[in-house]
Amino acid sequence: MTDGKPIVRMRGVEKLFHRGAEEIRVLHALDLEIGAGDFLALMGPSGSGKSTLLNLMAGLDRPSSGSIEVGERRIDELSRRELSRWRARHIGFVFQFYNLLPVLSAMRNVELPLLLLPMSGAERRRRAETALEIVGLSHRAKHTPRTLSGGEQQRVGIARAIVTDPTLILADEPTGDLDRKTGDGILDLLQALNREHGKTIVMVTHDPHAASHAARRLYLLDGQLSTEMAA
Amino acid sequence: MNWFSQVAALFGFGLRTLPTRKGSAAAAIFGVAGVVAVLVGVLSIGEGFQRVMLSTGSPANALVQRAGADSEMTSVLMGDTVGMIESAPGVARVHGKPMVSPELFVVVDLPKRSSGTDANVPMRGVNPMAFAVRPEVKIIEGRPFAWGRNEVIVGRGAHNEFKNTDIGTQLKFGENQWTVVGIFSAGGGISESELWADGNVLAPAYHRGNSYQTGVVKLASAGSFRQFKDALTSDPRLAVKVVRETEYYASQSRVLRLLVTGLAVIVCSLMGLGAIFGALNTMYTAVASRSREIATLEALGFGTGAVMVSVIAEAMLLALIGGLIGAGVAYLAFDGYRTATMNWQSFSQVAFAFEVNAALVGWAIFYALVIGLVGGLFPAIRAARMPVASALREG
Repeated sequence: MTDGKPIVRMRGVEKLFHRGAEEIRVLHALDLEIGAGDFLALMGPSGSGKSTLLNLMAGLDRPSSGSIEVGERRIDELSRRELSRWRARHIGFVFQFYNLLPVLSAMRNVELPLLLLPMSGAERRRRAETALEIVGLSHRAKHTPRTLSGGEQQRVGIARAIVTDPTLILADEPTGDLDRKTGDGILDLLQALNREHGKTIVMVTHDPHAASHAARRLYLLDGQLSTEMAA
Repeated sequence: MNWFSQVAALFGFGLRTLPTRKGSAAAAIFGVAGVVAVLVGVLSIGEGFQRVMLSTGSPANALVQRAGADSEMTSVLMGDTVGMIESAPGVARVHGKPMVSPELFVVVDLPKRSSGTDANVPMRGVNPMAFAVRPEVKIIEGRPFAWGRNEVIVGRGAHNEFKNTDIGTQLKFGENQWTVVGIFSAGGGISESELWADGNVLAPAYHRGNSYQTGVVKLASAGSFRQFKDALTSDPRLAVKVVRETEYYASQSRVLRLLVTGLAVIVCSLMGLGAIFGALNTMYTAVASRSREIATLEALGFGTGAVMVSVIAEAMLLALIGGLIGAGVAYLAFDGYRTATMNWQSFSQVAFAFEVNAALVGWAIFYALVIGLVGGLFPAIRAARMPVASALREG
């Protein structure tokens, strides 16, 4: 489901890394547009540059050249401090290894990104409860990550990603640490967030089965977008 | 959320992970505690010694000594000088008599109670006016010595530190036998480290003739000092120096204080380096074990500066805990511990008690916080420079 209006615009993006004297070109003059409400799967083998691309969209890394616009904001021109503030408002992350704070309950983990936004404690709790309800984990709100299964931890991670109602949800191998059945549950949840709540999602995966849940798939090979297929 | 709230939240998360790093955290805490305990312990010697010196004397008292003398040991005043001092302006009078106490100062050997080794103990020969110019001197046990007899009274500090000072003990100094007849206090001042006897009995025993070391003068008021001093120092017949009693004793503590402070600085700088490495190790471990967590927080939007400050704050908190433990241990172990040491100006023993006071603890805690700051700074820089994207994927 997409309304066609681009929410991510990348123009001529290049990314170079240096290993000693060696220069490694990870992304080559890449152009990409992602519409609002899109669910895009970025596929490709290891080292193809898909995680680098995701990090550039998130403002965690900077392009060597080219421009990146997310929600009408040129993020490649923002300072590190401005990027931190921007991420808090506009990006929701879902990580392969969930990246929950082990000392905090599920509820507190979900509340975490809201600490960076101006709102009362009561509003924070209300929003976190709603997010946990959407991912079906209200009954586990007080549990710490250690007492949750992998699938439950990833649901908490997804609740944390949607709690700020971000412009863009970025999922990096969200099922990479889960078995097939549990992974399918997570993919169904992401699909539902896209279809029923209109969330724009970019998911990095090397698994074709996971990618089949996305509305659109892009293949990265040696730093270049090689194929685009409609689902 | 403002920046300070971010720091507070990050600081809180860090603290909640402490139980998983309790070994290295305890090492940092006890490292700092050791440094602070030694620092406070060593400096409490200087504080206690200075306390004795500052408790001695009155601003309305003046000391007259030979010009050029830097202590009573090196001063000589002839008997005729005393008369000129008594007639100077600004001297207080009691029953019509000038309040001037000419005093003899000799050093005698007494064995220390702690080690049994002989030590130089100051012995003062006085006349009745000595008790009038030093009203703080009080007999607390036994009785005053009888004038004209070979009897001594012993200061409370000297009694605590030296053998053969119990009442009834016979002592042999100079050419005479002396009997200890009383113990006295002197408001915690240096006189408590001394033995007192009748000056007219002590002088012949030490072949001093009609000479003294010091004239202790009670002034009409503290404000009379300038008038008194000017009168004596401008008199061409006299070659004397005049100082306030309080200033004289304050200056007497300078050498020991300098020595002790120098020792504390050297020892605690070296120990502090060790403690800094302890704190560095703890915080590097913290940053390494929390790298994915820190990267996640930065990815969510927490600022790098806030992450840095929270790491430093954690190191400083550990150092503060160590500092408080160290100061507490030092207080329990050293405060009030009685001993005697050499006063390098008079080459005689001064009895004093180690003093752990609030100012000393304040400085030691400040030093602990500096250790924490330096110990947290470099790991904080490492945390700030950590590549977020790769740290997010660490398993």
